[in-house]
Amino acid sequence: MLAIDVISTMFLAAGAFFMITGTVGLLKFPDFYTRMHATGKCDTLGQILIIVGCMIYEGFDFITIKLLLVTAFYLFMGPVSTHALMKAGYVTGVPVWKKGDKRM
Amino acid sequence: MTDIKEESRTFKIVLTFCVMFIFWLLLSAWTVYLPEPYDFTKISRGVLVALIVTFLTYEIFVPGRGEKVLLKARRFISYAGWELWQIYLATIDITKRVFGILPIDPRIIEFDTTLRSDFALVTFANSITLTPGTITIDVEPEKGRYIVHAIAKEPADSLTEDQTMQKKVGYVFMEE
Repeated sequence: MLAIDVISTMFLAAGAFFMITGTVGLLKFPDFYTRMHATGKCDTLGQILIIVGCMIYEGFDFITIKLLLVTAFYLFMGPVSTHALMKAGYVTGVPVWKKGDKRM
Repeated sequence: MTDIKEESRTFKIVLTFCVMFIFWLLLSAWTVYLPEPYDFTKISRGVLVALIVTFLTYEIFVPGRGEKVLLKARRFISYAGWELWQIYLATIDITKRVFGILPIDPRIIEFDTTLRSDFALVTFANSITLTPGTITIDVEPEKGRYIVHAIAKEPADSLTEDQTMQKKVGYVFMEE
C-alpha cells in the first residue's frame, strides 16, 4: 500500500509541476501565440500524469477505463481548442512578437 | 446490387450495436447491474439505449468506403505510441523555455505537404500541435498547405527540412 501511495504521489506531483510551469509560461511569455504554446502543451502532459496517478491510486478497476477514456478525449480536445484560439488570433490580426521587439 | 447494399447495412447496424452495448457494459453495467445477472429488466435498459444510439449513428459510425482499413488502423496505433513520446518531449522543451534555459525566437512559417484526405490532414495538424515547439494556425486542404507558429528556429526546421512527421503520417495513411 505504501509503495502505491508513493508512486501515485510522484505522478500527481509531476502533473502539478507541469501545470504550474504552464501557468508561469502564461504569465512570462511576451505575446498571445507564445502564451498558447505554454498552456497548450504543459496542460496535456500534466493532465495525463494526474490521471495516471489517480489510476494507480485507485488500483485496476472499471473506473480505470473511464479515466482512460477521459485521457483519450483530452488528447483530441486539447490541440483542437489550441487551434481554435490560435486561428482566431491570427485572423483578427493579433500582432506577432519577434526576437528583439519590446515586450507587449 | 441491392443485396450487397442491404447486407452491408445489416452489418453496419450489428457492428454498431455490439460496440455500443459493450461500451454501455463497460461504463455503467459492470459495477451497478451485474451482481444480479438474472434481472433482465436492468439489462434491457442497456439494450434499449444501445438500440436508440445505433439507429441514430450507424451510418456515420462505420465509414464503409475506404480500403485497407485494418492495416491503416494498425499503423495508426504504432504512430500514436510515437506521438505520446513526442508529447513528453514537447513538454520538457517548453518547460526549458519557460524557465529560460533555452531562448525563444518565435516565427510563423508556411509549407506544403502531400497529404489530401481529411483524416490525414487532421491527424497531421494535431500532431504538429503536440510535437515540440510548434502549433498549427491554419490549413488549406486543396494544396495541403499548413500555416504554423514555431517558438524557435529548430522546431521550424524540423518541419520544413527534416520532414520526419510528414513521412510518418503519409506512411500511416498511404499518401506519400
